[in-house]
This record gives sequence, C-alpha cells and structure tokens, in this order.
Amino acid sequence: MTNLEIIGRIDRSIAEEFEIDMEEMKPEKTLFQDLGLDSLDIVDLVIVLETAFGFKIREEEGIRKIRTLGDIHSFVIQKKDELESIPR
Amino acid sequence: MHRVAITGIGIVSCLGNDIESVGEALRRGESGVVSDPEREKIGFRSPLTGAIRDFDPRNILSKKQSKTMPDFAVQAFAAASDAIRMSRLSTEEVQNDGTGLVFGCDSSCLAAVEQVDLLRQRGETKLIGSGQVFRSMTSCITMNLNTLLHTRGACWTISSACASGGHAVGQAADLIAFGRQERVICGGAQEINWESMCSFDALGAFSVRLQDPKCASRPFDAHRDGLVPGGGAAALVLERLDKAKERGARVLGEIRGYAFSSDGNHISIPSEGGLQRAMRKAISLSGLHPRDIDYICAHATSTPAGDAAEARNISAVFGAGTPWVSSLKSMTGHELWMSGASQVVYSTIMAMEGFIAPNINFSEPDADSAKLKIAVEPIPHPPEHVLCNSAGFGGTNSCLVLSFGQ
Repeated sequence: MTNLEIIGRIDRSIAEEFEIDMEEMKPEKTLFQDLGLDSLDIVDLVIVLETAFGFKIREEEGIRKIRTLGDIHSFVIQKKDELESIPR
Repeated sequence: MHRVAITGIGIVSCLGNDIESVGEALRRGESGVVSDPEREKIGFRSPLTGAIRDFDPRNILSKKQSKTMPDFAVQAFAAASDAIRMSRLSTEEVQNDGTGLVFGCDSSCLAAVEQVDLLRQRGETKLIGSGQVFRSMTSCITMNLNTLLHTRGACWTISSACASGGHAVGQAADLIAFGRQERVICGGAQEINWESMCSFDALGAFSVRLQDPKCASRPFDAHRDGLVPGGGAAALVLERLDKAKERGARVLGEIRGYAFSSDGNHISIPSEGGLQRAMRKAISLSGLHPRDIDYICAHATSTPAGDAAEARNISAVFGAGTPWVSSLKSMTGHELWMSGASQVVYSTIMAMEGFIAPNINFSEPDADSAKLKIAVEPIPHPPEHVLCNSAGFGGTNSCLVLSFGQ
C-alpha cells in the first residue's frame, strides 16, 4: 500500500466514523478544535485505525503526540513501515 | 406550594410517533401489538410485543450524538423535543438552573449485553468503544438529554419498575410545587427488544393469545391471559402555573396531586391495600373528592392477579359508582417503565381532543371488574379530573391526579 493510499484510507475511515465532510480532511486540521473530536472519540479512533489497517495500537509514545490529522497519517505510515520491516 | 401546569407533551409509541396519530389511534381503539418472528425462533413462550414503526434514530441525531444513547433514549429525546416545541419554550429558556430533567427507566439491557458480546468477540476492553458505558446505565436518558438540551437543574432517572414513569412525573411536579425548579422536562422510556424481555417471558406472565395479537392485551376482561410488553418514550414539560401564564403559554392541564405508597409485601403480587392508599392520598392532596374524578386511567396490564387487585382497590376507594375506567394497555401493551408517564400524555391528548379512550378487547367482566364502569367504546367528551394509576414489582405504587379545562 502506498503512502497516498494509506492517507486516503485514514481520511475516509475517520470521515465516515465521525460524520465529517471529506473536504475537511486536511493534514493541518487539529482533531479537537478543527474536526470536533473529543477524548471519547479518541477511544473510537483507535478502533477505527486498528480495523482499517489490521494492526494493534498500544498506549505508545507516538499515539500520545498526535494533535493533527497529519500526525495520524505519519503515525500510521511509520507503523506500517515498522510492521513490514519485521522479517516473517 | 406552587400549582403545576402541563404545557407540552410528546410521545413515541406503538400507536404512533406524534400527538396527532396517537390521538387518532386512541380514539379509534387501535392496537399496536404484533407478533415478533425473532422471539418465536429464539425460544420465547410469547412472541407478542408492541412495535414502534417508522422511527429511525439516524433522522433525529448524528452518529456522534447518539453514540452514547440506546434507541429508547433517542426516542425520549424526540418526545422531549416535541414537548418543548409544543410548550413554545425557546432553546435558551431551558438552559438554566431552574430547568430540570427527571425520567423513569429501569433497564438498559441491550447495551449491557452488547458490551459483553463485544469484549468476548474482540478480546480487549478498549475495543468495546466509548459509547457502551453510557448506553448501559439506566440514567442514560437524563444524562444524554442534559447534554443535548443544556438544562442545568435536576438531572436524574427514577427506577421503580413499572411505576418508574409515574414517580418521575410525580417527583417532577413536586420539585416545581416546592419551588425547587421552575420547569421540569419529565417522562419515561422503555426499551423494546427481545434481550430485555426474555427473563420476563420466563415468568409465564405474557399473553399467549397468538392467533390474534391485537386482541391479546385485554385488561379487566374475564378471558385475559397475561400482558404484552411494549415501549417507546413519553415526555412532558411541566412548569410553575404562574410562570407559564406569565409567559403566555398554553396550559394543557395541571398535575393536581401526586402520591405514592408501597405494599411491603410480595415481590410480584400486588396487595389489597397498597394502590388504594396511594389513590386516596393523591385525591386528598389534589383537594378533590373521589366523586370529582371522572376518569381513571388504570394501570391494569391484562394479568389475572394484577387487574383483579387494581379493580378491588378502585372499588374500595370509589364504591359502587366508579368513574369511567379504561386501561390503554389494551392498545399499547404494557409500556413498563414508560407507562406511568405515557398515561399522563395519553390522558392529556384525550382532554385536548375531547374524548375518553376505550379499554378495547373487553368482552366480559369477571367478579371484580364487573364493579367498574369500563369504557368499552370511546366516550365522546373530554375527561376533567383524571386519576392515573401505576404499580411496579416490589409493590411500589404511584398515583397522579390531573385536572383539565380549568
């Protein structure tokens, strides 16, 4: 999956779960102020991402630093890279 | 003590989702009872249930708003919104310390089942999602309505089995009468799903008149064989009468008296005297006499023991000449936690539209119901002073006296 495909899937999944217009899905948008999410939505955001990409998100440093949609893009891309680099 | 006005009503029930269609169904004596094929398959003794039609929660609230709400809480929001609209209170006029919320509800079973299923299926609590904890509490109605309506006064839910709705309306009226709130949005709601009804079905208390579901709920009839569960949501706006008049509101009626009692006896069999004590107290607190009551909106659920006990209690209070009596559960089934509040809404509709709704499916009295003046057909005049009875497991009783046309 290319980075663009990953970003597209993230945006579509989040937009669908939280009923946000796709036009709002810009990397610089903050999750709380701009996209209207709250702390409860973050619980569901983790489920959305795990379901969309099939990996587990632990209470790791990377997730705590997320502020914007762009941060989610970077987090997921890095996570995918890490998983794909692990020899099977 | 302040007088308490009803200035708005709203309802989502198996008779309809707005005042007009529910009024029409009540006048015509239509039943909202159906047979649910899923209950038949899954091992219910009785598949009969009231059914809500044409209500889609997605048309009422966004996914985010309803994430913390089971269907019956969304129905309560829809009913409350209709009641507020009818009262002509603006959004801002309910966003203050003087406005409270009190609803009756005694379960949120489906959400409790769903959260356990999700954990078993997904293997981690974090994958249950954020909504289920709120959905699974019995106070889910008031906690969500408070968030959506931004009221800032009383905010709690009363759990007292099938008297929950009656006590909620009564306590809401008391809060206003004692000057603790200026207005209270109150009511009751009841989930309709098989998960919440399976253990009740286990008691063998539901009607098995399966060949004709609409004739199954027959309160006070000699051939009754059990209740039919139903549900939905009923809501009222109650206000201090002087404040309502001051703002030029249309006063639909008054909560004239509220009283409660408990049997202190059996968990499921009503006593001979419990409901009677509440009826006498409510009538006395209203400043009326039993002879002034012209309609009793009965609790009677169509169970052999419960209806007989209520009939005997009514006879003890009213003697040989009872007012008109009907149990609307003949049409709606037993709306359980909601029923005490829906009776107030239904009675207000009757007063507004000028009739008393019938007790359908009453073909023959038994020894106890023979002493009651049961309205088998619609009575073509509005009720003036109404007594609404409700009673619940454990022997909790709620009686409300309503006055119209003052």
